[in-house]
Amino acid sequence: MISIKGLSYSYFERQALEDVSLEVQAGEFLGLIGPNGSGKSTLLKCLCGILPPRRGEILLEGKPLKDYSRRGVAQRVAMVPQDSTFGLNFTSYEVVLLGRTPYLERMQLERASDHEAVQKAMERTDCWDLKERRIWEVSGGERQRVVIARALAQAPRVLLLDEPTAHLDIAHQAEVYELLGSLNRQEGLTILAVSHDLNLASEYCTRLALMEKGRIKAVGGKKDILAPGLLNEVYKQEVFVQASPVTGEPHVFLVPKRK
Amino acid sequence: MKSRTFVFIGLFALLVLSSLLSLTVGPTRVSLSEFLHPQEGSVLFSLRLPRLLLGILAGATLGMCGGAFQGVLRNPLADPYILGVSSGAACGAAVALALGLGPVLLPVMAVSGAMATLLLVYTLARIGGRLPTDTLLLAGVIVGNFFASLLMLVMALSRRELREIVFILLGNLGIVFTSKTLILFEVTSLVAIACLLVVWWHWRDLNALALGEEVAESLGVAVDTVKKTLFVSCSIAVAGVVALAGSIGFVGFVVPHIARMLLGPNHRDVLPASLVLGGVLLVLSDIVARSIAPMELPVGIVTSLLGVPFFVYLLQKRKRA
Repeated sequence: MISIKGLSYSYFERQALEDVSLEVQAGEFLGLIGPNGSGKSTLLKCLCGILPPRRGEILLEGKPLKDYSRRGVAQRVAMVPQDSTFGLNFTSYEVVLLGRTPYLERMQLERASDHEAVQKAMERTDCWDLKERRIWEVSGGERQRVVIARALAQAPRVLLLDEPTAHLDIAHQAEVYELLGSLNRQEGLTILAVSHDLNLASEYCTRLALMEKGRIKAVGGKKDILAPGLLNEVYKQEVFVQASPVTGEPHVFLVPKRK
Repeated sequence: MKSRTFVFIGLFALLVLSSLLSLTVGPTRVSLSEFLHPQEGSVLFSLRLPRLLLGILAGATLGMCGGAFQGVLRNPLADPYILGVSSGAACGAAVALALGLGPVLLPVMAVSGAMATLLLVYTLARIGGRLPTDTLLLAGVIVGNFFASLLMLVMALSRRELREIVFILLGNLGIVFTSKTLILFEVTSLVAIACLLVVWWHWRDLNALALGEEVAESLGVAVDTVKKTLFVSCSIAVAGVVALAGSIGFVGFVVPHIARMLLGPNHRDVLPASLVLGGVLLVLSDIVARSIAPMELPVGIVTSLLGVPFFVYLLQKRKRA
């Protein structure tokens, strides 16, 4: 679906991505993990065309990303940012309707098909009953469902999410990942999610990629990536890994420095 | 949906009513029958009509550009003058007055001053081909302050012209159409209307920008191009208006807020509503400006004096709701 070859990006002096190569398979749910500042968010921004790579190439469905128009990329790749801010107090419906922007010409009013896509996306993320509510007045969990609906309204092939569960309680974290898991399994949506919560990533992702200092350190199955030695080396933090007694997926435990 | 239509019909009705009022009220009463039998050189055609047209043009431009600036800078405190355009224009006009230039060269100087400001702000704020909002605001404030200081200098050095300069600063709709000023007015109107159409053309981009610049970009909006286009077209339109009517304050700030209170935040509605409301507010203010005191007051004073309490009232009403 996406293949990244030798990608580099720098913010003025600071090198944020260095020679990153990664294959994102169609239909997979890839978790992107790594310490703060390891380049995860920068990689996502390159993949949806917000940041133009300095070197290297990104292929989207076999075609270089830079050969797509902006709208062309937006019709295929949708992004859920780390912190969703709303400068104006739109209704939830208006927010999701903005997901149709890449399909609409300037001054063109939304068609019936756009409204259908919005309703479908909002029903899929279980926020249709919020449609009249103002976005400043909904709770954090509700807002995240609206933002994901906005991304789904773009009818993307690939969904990119940057820490979609930051600031959410455990029930809402599970709710978001359950939703992503079912979108991945039932609709075959390709998902790439940045996560700091290794155990959530382990429970729901099909594969993991670990980043360190702007490079991909390792890609592979959950048991290979969530290995104590590897995590200790990258995060500089001693951890203990054990299979969850409930699901059998590897879970990571912090080992406190104090005894 | 229906309530939207009613709001717009109401706004247009308000504009028509305030226009009729503006044509008839004043030191010389003009009866409605004069509309049917127009006479060359009458008060109606030589004084009232030019005033009304300039009021609508200025109010509409300030209202819509205020809405666009608040949208593109994602800052509810923004107004059309936030990037220093009015200081530049006022400075140019003041220099023209100090040099004793005529009624045609004065607006030309004002537009030149505004364009100089625009160019300077644009150059200062640009970083690597991009136009970041924070540097844009900073550059606007700095350049605006510089031109404001230049203006003070011109005022300090001038004597007789001081009163006229003050009138420009406060805003004034008194325009008399001679063959030359008529052309000037027509050209300014056409340019301003073209700029406003460009602004309105971007309503969905402005909505997307409210979700943040990166999200807008990921939705396929060419954020930098949109920002530059809106910044330049608003500044040109506002420069023209300031050249003809002075820097009338408060309209461009308050009108988009009122429009949002009436219609919600969607720019598809806010921009055209601000256009009409701006015209209404300025025409009404002008009627007050020339009927409450024995001498005519600068309209800019009235817009603020009327606008602030009205805005406070709306805020209070919304707080209770």
